Amino acid sequence: MNLTFAFFDWGVVSGFILKGLVFSVQLTLVAMVGGIALGTLIALMRLSSKRWLVLPAAAYVNTLRSIPLVMVILWFFLLIPLLIGRPLGAEISAMITFTVFEAAYYSEIMRAGIQSVPKGQVSAGYAVGMNYAQCMRFIVLPQAFRNMLPVLLTQTIILFQDTSLVYAVGAYDLLKGFEVAGKNFNRPVETYLLAALVYFVICFSLSMLVRQLQRRIAIIR
Amino acid sequence: MSWDWQVFFQDTGSGQTYFNWMMSAWGWTLLVSACALVVALAFGSLMGILRTTPVRAFVWIGNAWTELFRNIPLLVQIFLWYHVIPSLFRPLQAVPDFIAVVIALGFFTSARISEQVKAGIQALPRGQRYAGLAVGLTLPQTYRYVLLPMAFRIIVPPLTSESMNIVKNSSVAFAVSITELTFFAMQAQEETARGVEIYLAVTFLYFISAFAINRVAAVVEKRVRVPGMIGGGK
Repeated sequence: MNLTFAFFDWGVVSGFILKGLVFSVQLTLVAMVGGIALGTLIALMRLSSKRWLVLPAAAYVNTLRSIPLVMVILWFFLLIPLLIGRPLGAEISAMITFTVFEAAYYSEIMRAGIQSVPKGQVSAGYAVGMNYAQCMRFIVLPQAFRNMLPVLLTQTIILFQDTSLVYAVGAYDLLKGFEVAGKNFNRPVETYLLAALVYFVICFSLSMLVRQLQRRIAIIR
Repeated sequence: MSWDWQVFFQDTGSGQTYFNWMMSAWGWTLLVSACALVVALAFGSLMGILRTTPVRAFVWIGNAWTELFRNIPLLVQIFLWYHVIPSLFRPLQAVPDFIAVVIALGFFTSARISEQVKAGIQALPRGQRYAGLAVGLTLPQTYRYVLLPMAFRIIVPPLTSESMNIVKNSSVAFAVSITELTFFAMQAQEETARGVEIYLAVTFLYFISAFAINRVAAVVEKRVRVPGMIGGGK
């Protein structure tokens, strides 16, 4: 068959694609910020010396990491209305789902980051009179973030790719934008190809940037 | 709300119970995962090896393959193999959906496996390669008898987690109506409105599958570990 991309003009981009792109980026940013915050908290719980903090944190991470993301999306889409008594919409539901889900993955990264800080630094912090919170806030976490920055960003690129799975609950994301445009102009083959191209360009350039960052951080260290 | 596990003994309308349907869906999940794992191991190893050869063209091919299949979401790749490729190449329209999904999932995972194979080979001391070549082995022989036997033993743990990922990622096949577990969950939830029971059962089956792989891999890991390395035993 012959491919024609003539229909794909600015009108299509602004009418179908941009709306989806904005949501995909929003979802990625919300889940990244929320996921790293929640993930750091869970990592700290897991590394604490109190069993009642360690066990729930470990259960949280291990459970979420052994369920497929699509199933987690479906679970939340089913449970949230049951719990709050009214439907919440696929978009908001997706933001909650991705934050909770990604927190499990970010927490494993942060755990590795925190563990990479030498123990002596914590002892030094206590020795100069800091308490636990100050030690974490001023000594451990800044270094953990810095060491793990490339890994956190790589996880965020994966997160951006995974946002396409909101397809399961029909949220309007970047992929959906291409799909709707394809249906409208009866050109599904072309729009799927373009979708693949756009995702590739975004993810490939971001991963190049991460690689460069990694090189710079490695030299300074 | 109250539980209603009886839902699994209801008839789906086609002469089987939801329980039977779920078991066959589990079968599809495992079948898709197993076939995709074979594809992923074959292509991932090949590309990973190419990336460590001294031939520049090979390195380029391996890198291009890895970047291509790593930077497009799996769902989009499934759509490419399912909608795009068959309409660009007419003869391929006869290929069953199952094969399209296996190729999509297999190639997607091969990009990750290629990274691990490459890392495994590069983790070996450079001297091993030189030693192989110095005693007169050809480059393919050096790989076959010196580098790969060690490299694969080193990367068993990351390969395990990739195998578990494949089972999880096979859930994306719901999008092209392969009747695997996630597709079953969505359909059965809609038909019976007993979503919680059905999702619980499906989630449990995903758990068991991942856990089974984990156990098998632990046995493999124990048998192939390299003496003298950290975690290598005696």
